[in-house]
Amino acid sequence: MIGRMLQVVVDAVSVGGLYALTALGIGLIFGVMRLINFAHAQLITIAGYAVLLLFTASPVLAVLGAIIAAALLALVVERTAFRPLRGADPAMLLIASFAVSFFIEKVMIMLVGSRPKGVDFLPALAGQVEVVGIRLQLLQLVTILVSLVLLVGTTWFLKSTRLGLEMRAAAENFRMAEVLGVRANRVIATAFALSGLLAAAVACLFVAQTGLVQPRMGLQLVIIAFVGTVIGGLGSLPGAAFGGFLVGVATILLQALLPPELRVFREAFLFLAVAVVLLVRPQGLIPARGLKERI
Amino acid sequence: MASLTQSRWFPLVALIVIVLALAGLAELAPAVMQRRITQGLINLVAVVGLYVFVGNSGVLSFGNVAFMAIGAYVSALLTMPATAKAVFLPDLPAFLATAEWPAIAGALAGGLAAAIVALVTGFPLMRLSGISASIATFAVLVVFHVVIGNWSSVTGGQNSLMGLPIYVGLWTAAGWAVIAIAVAFLHQESRSGLLLRASREDEAAAAASGVRLVAHRLFAFVVSAFLSGISGVLLVHFLGTARVETFYLDLTFLIIAMLVIGGMHSLTGAVLGAIVITLVAELLRQAEVGVSIGTTTLAAPLGFGDAILALLMLIIILFRPNGIAGGREIAFPKTQPQTRT
Repeated sequence: MIGRMLQVVVDAVSVGGLYALTALGIGLIFGVMRLINFAHAQLITIAGYAVLLLFTASPVLAVLGAIIAAALLALVVERTAFRPLRGADPAMLLIASFAVSFFIEKVMIMLVGSRPKGVDFLPALAGQVEVVGIRLQLLQLVTILVSLVLLVGTTWFLKSTRLGLEMRAAAENFRMAEVLGVRANRVIATAFALSGLLAAAVACLFVAQTGLVQPRMGLQLVIIAFVGTVIGGLGSLPGAAFGGFLVGVATILLQALLPPELRVFREAFLFLAVAVVLLVRPQGLIPARGLKERI
Repeated sequence: MASLTQSRWFPLVALIVIVLALAGLAELAPAVMQRRITQGLINLVAVVGLYVFVGNSGVLSFGNVAFMAIGAYVSALLTMPATAKAVFLPDLPAFLATAEWPAIAGALAGGLAAAIVALVTGFPLMRLSGISASIATFAVLVVFHVVIGNWSSVTGGQNSLMGLPIYVGLWTAAGWAVIAIAVAFLHQESRSGLLLRASREDEAAAAASGVRLVAHRLFAFVVSAFLSGISGVLLVHFLGTARVETFYLDLTFLIIAMLVIGGMHSLTGAVLGAIVITLVAELLRQAEVGVSIGTTTLAAPLGFGDAILALLMLIIILFRPNGIAGGREIAFPKTQPQTRT
């Protein structure tokens, strides 16, 4: 019984970590640009395909390839589509990012087809380890570890480096930051590259877990992570990570606790819970400072 | 006549005339073309439905395709022959299993069901501000997609519902398109619509002037859902089958693209977008089928049409953010008064 409970907890934390990383990647971009980046889904997907291309050569190469592919795509999208729209009305930015995301997805389907492809990435991690008498999957522990390292790393970057400080300043009040000498292009490009890195990490872990890549793989993750950023509080980075973690944990708990015939409706219950949270706290659990428009 | 061209009702009359003229032209066209235009008119109802909320409130909604799905499935279940239901959906509740409503009653029930769902979901959602509200409508889309796709005993789950009465032809679609345009126009000229548009321009100023933002948004959301529901009804009774995959991201994208490209801040833009993109999509479809030159066929890969559509939308957003219509309603061309130089 304790073993099963611990298993559920490990499941929940590892899935929560994955969603926290995804939500953080989305939150970073929202912070500096007030842009909900639908194309984050395609960053994850392209990283997944980079893994597919390189995993036979070497796992390290595959991870590096994933990071480079996702960061590059993020920078290209920023330069071509989002930079000209900087400062546009947020609804317009949202539509633009929806269009960018759709465009990349369709181009990818044109190039690689829409069928899922099997990837036997990091098979060594499928093994089990025994921790205090309970058998746990190694991959889940690695997922938890990687999520933790990246969350701590991102926090460190934002708190302790000059670029991170500039990024936080830009998130708080973009125009004021610019006036005080923060270089907008550099900060925004860094945020996009960083979100690419986070997307690549998510892709590697997700591919190792599912053993599949397909053109819509990023979308499933991003839709749920979106909800995480909203309940966490749009514009707040700790909020995004926490909200993402929370929805991840909630999916696993619902999976474990719902009666079998209701399990297929898991997402529906999840989003219902989100609606309730928003009724009580429309600004999210950790509301962002400085988001409220000044008049 | 002169008074009509100056009147505030001119855009309504002009748009209805355009739609009817289009349907009249389609009457003369070959059957395949006629089907495409019928589908275009159904899309027009969907785009106008989306416009009622998005255009007037300025809040983007990803959820309207969910309302289309609700309308579609409600009407499908109420109008399907009982014998077909006994085969495909043996576990239906008794009153649904025997229901064989007339088409129009089914359609109205579909629209009303969508409107009621919008009222219930909109109640919490409309409290959110701009972007959060949009994301929340996205959640609505996902929820209904999951529910319809898995509630096998009532919706058939991933299987298509087949054998629906096919009653939507060119003129049914055109008739509903006219109704949708009229409803949208009356709404935007109504007190509630005007107050909502004021809040779109400046939320804080409107609130400070006593506009009850949440109430007007919710009203627009419900009207919008009704029209979206109707368009869903039309779509399934045009195709004869209802499939859950029809009502998801691709359709959402198509409808939003039509609205954005046409210009999301005017009814003229919504109508124009639906017509223009229907024509463009038809050309792209031809490209995917291919052009035969001698013995070789040049065909674009699958997905090409969608990619081009997305690109077109991005170009419009970048270079003409107010769309083709530019946020204005259609107007009678004015004769320029002569100026002396």
